[in-house]
Amino acid sequence: MTTRIPARFVACAAENRPALVTFVMAGDPDPVTSAAILAALPAAGADVIELGMPFSDPMADGPGIQLAGQRALAHGQTLHKTVDMVSAFRQTDKTTPIVLMGYYNPIYVYGVSAFLSDIKAAGVDGLIVVDLPPEEDAELCLPTLEAGLNFIRLTTPTTDDRRLPAVLKHTSGFVYYVSMTGITGAEIKSHAAVGEAVKRIKTHTSLPVAVGFGIKAADDVALIGRDSDGVVVGTALCNAVATSLKDGKATATTVSAVTDLVKSLASGARRARQRA
Amino acid sequence: MNAIGANSLRTGPDDEGRFGMFGGRYVAETLMPLILDLDRAYREARSDPAFEAELTDLGEHFIGRPSPLYFAERLTEHLGAAKVYFKREELNHTGSHKLNNCVGQILLARRMGKTRIIAETGAGQHGVATATVCARFGLPCTIFMGATDVKRQWQNVLRMKMLGAEVRPVTSGAGTLKDAMNEALRDWVTNVETTYYLIGTAAGPHPYPEMVRDFQKVIGEEIRVQHLEAEGTLPAALFACVGGGSNAIGTFHSFLDDPEVALYGAEAGGHGVDIENGHAASMTGGIPGVLHGNRTYLLQNADGQILEGHSISAGLDYPGVGPEHAFLHKIGRVNYVPVTDNEALAAFQLCTRLEGIIPALETAHALHIVTQVVPKLPKEKSVVLCLSGRGDKDVEQVGRIMGLID
Ligand SMILES: Cc1ncc(COP(=O)(O)O)c(C=O)c1O
Repeated sequence: MTTRIPARFVACAAENRPALVTFVMAGDPDPVTSAAILAALPAAGADVIELGMPFSDPMADGPGIQLAGQRALAHGQTLHKTVDMVSAFRQTDKTTPIVLMGYYNPIYVYGVSAFLSDIKAAGVDGLIVVDLPPEEDAELCLPTLEAGLNFIRLTTPTTDDRRLPAVLKHTSGFVYYVSMTGITGAEIKSHAAVGEAVKRIKTHTSLPVAVGFGIKAADDVALIGRDSDGVVVGTALCNAVATSLKDGKATATTVSAVTDLVKSLASGARRARQRA
Repeated sequence: MNAIGANSLRTGPDDEGRFGMFGGRYVAETLMPLILDLDRAYREARSDPAFEAELTDLGEHFIGRPSPLYFAERLTEHLGAAKVYFKREELNHTGSHKLNNCVGQILLARRMGKTRIIAETGAGQHGVATATVCARFGLPCTIFMGATDVKRQWQNVLRMKMLGAEVRPVTSGAGTLKDAMNEALRDWVTNVETTYYLIGTAAGPHPYPEMVRDFQKVIGEEIRVQHLEAEGTLPAALFACVGGGSNAIGTFHSFLDDPEVALYGAEAGGHGVDIENGHAASMTGGIPGVLHGNRTYLLQNADGQILEGHSISAGLDYPGVGPEHAFLHKIGRVNYVPVTDNEALAAFQLCTRLEGIIPALETAHALHIVTQVVPKLPKEKSVVLCLSGRGDKDVEQVGRIMGLID
């Protein structure tokens, strides 16, 4: 069983701060730059890394992450290359948890058992697969848990108390609370409602609860991170990549555009629970 | 509901929405509670005589059911073999089979207390049918349509707008049906409390494939009665085009357990099935995968990325197919045959000139198979084509290709 995810949440809690979970798209804007971004994330302050597996039809994503995936695919990213990227990262970083996030079809076509053994060997810690609700647990969730990896499930504002136990049942590592009904990159309507929801989920589970969707800047991290164990930022980092490009190509500032934002977000995480 | 039984092919799907290995509910958690609500509401509605009565009444007076079974005399003469009948779904209000499904689902949406309707559309026929029922019941609606399709089917865009719908062109991907469906799903996730997603074909997460089939199977039920009346037997073969597969499953379903009835589904062969991304024949040219809530045959590359596909016909330009067809293909009950753009164009003109009926380009694909199969059947047999839609929407596109417009 991999233990990097729980260990990291425990360590952040000991510092009385939320974990900063950063999402970047594997292969965005190109394989070389993407590997450099990945390698630079921990030092910039990322506690947990979500690495996006690009998919042609990202139904739950807004334009920021859609475009990141398209850039990656246009540069020849594949799921095999994404797995290799994690292997390379693990040569030098043995502690930062890596969660692969994406959609089921590329995994299904790769072959579930081959995929699980390859990602385990590469040093992946967990999976988030958007289009696999508990109703389809037999498909990937249960084999993932058997392989000793974490399967992190999304809970949403529509997951009511009746349904929550079923959703949490095979969740491990952490619980990902989606702050709104919507796609990635949209706006959070009520921060108070998010706090309430996190408290509600915590009455059902001892797992850490991280909040994602709509968190863009250090202030959001500070606000949301007061009540949650982790804060996920994705679209803002993909947008940082996008604005650093020139004619669609990486520039000298692409990696630092991402790491500068991560540093700023990390400062938000550090001050989340300090008194104003 | 039982699993697909040893003795019947008509009992699917099972409780998890599976037809064999196909189907299922592969959706984001945000949508899952709603999908379960929908499933409950659908089953309640079906056991409510008032729902059935309303459906039948609207079928008769709003859609115009039953649609005629028409003997295509000159086409039969031309082919010189078995008799050809057309099931005239193009005579339905709005000009295609699509309204059968929309009437059923709008009644369901009302029962569920939804206040806004969204839909995807390819050829625009489903968009028009949706806009029509929304006008009829006074509900606001938003139709997602690929930007490419907005151009090639602009007449239907106008109809939708006149009916009061908002038409949102979708520019992601190739701007066709798959992209419209992605965008509709994104809207649904965002407005899940108020919004009903009125899917236009027998695909998507369970219970949509079952529900759409149930609202369309009236086509086959009527064919059975009408053909028995006309010929005293069951037809030797049935033909329908397959986009997502709603008119085809509606045509075939009543006959699945009659092995003497051969079933043919026309897939979009585009420029030819050997050309990668040059066709939309997902069963002939695809492999199983998971997209838009269900497992089915998909056009995709070795990395599991979905291809856009191509068809001259916007209504068939979709890289997947409904899960029940995937199942019927796998077990071999239905013959799915790719038909190229050019073959469909020829059949379009043949039908227009011989029968005085301008078929939809979608339908013309199925008509091509009729011209291939019927000459091999003896004169005493007869077959039925589901004439799924009229071709008014296509005359500009075809006119250009024929050189009638400069
Ligand atoms: C006339 C007509 N026939 C067939 C189709 C294909 O859809 P389905 O396979 O769901 O019947 C369409 C779709 O737009 C259509 O307009």
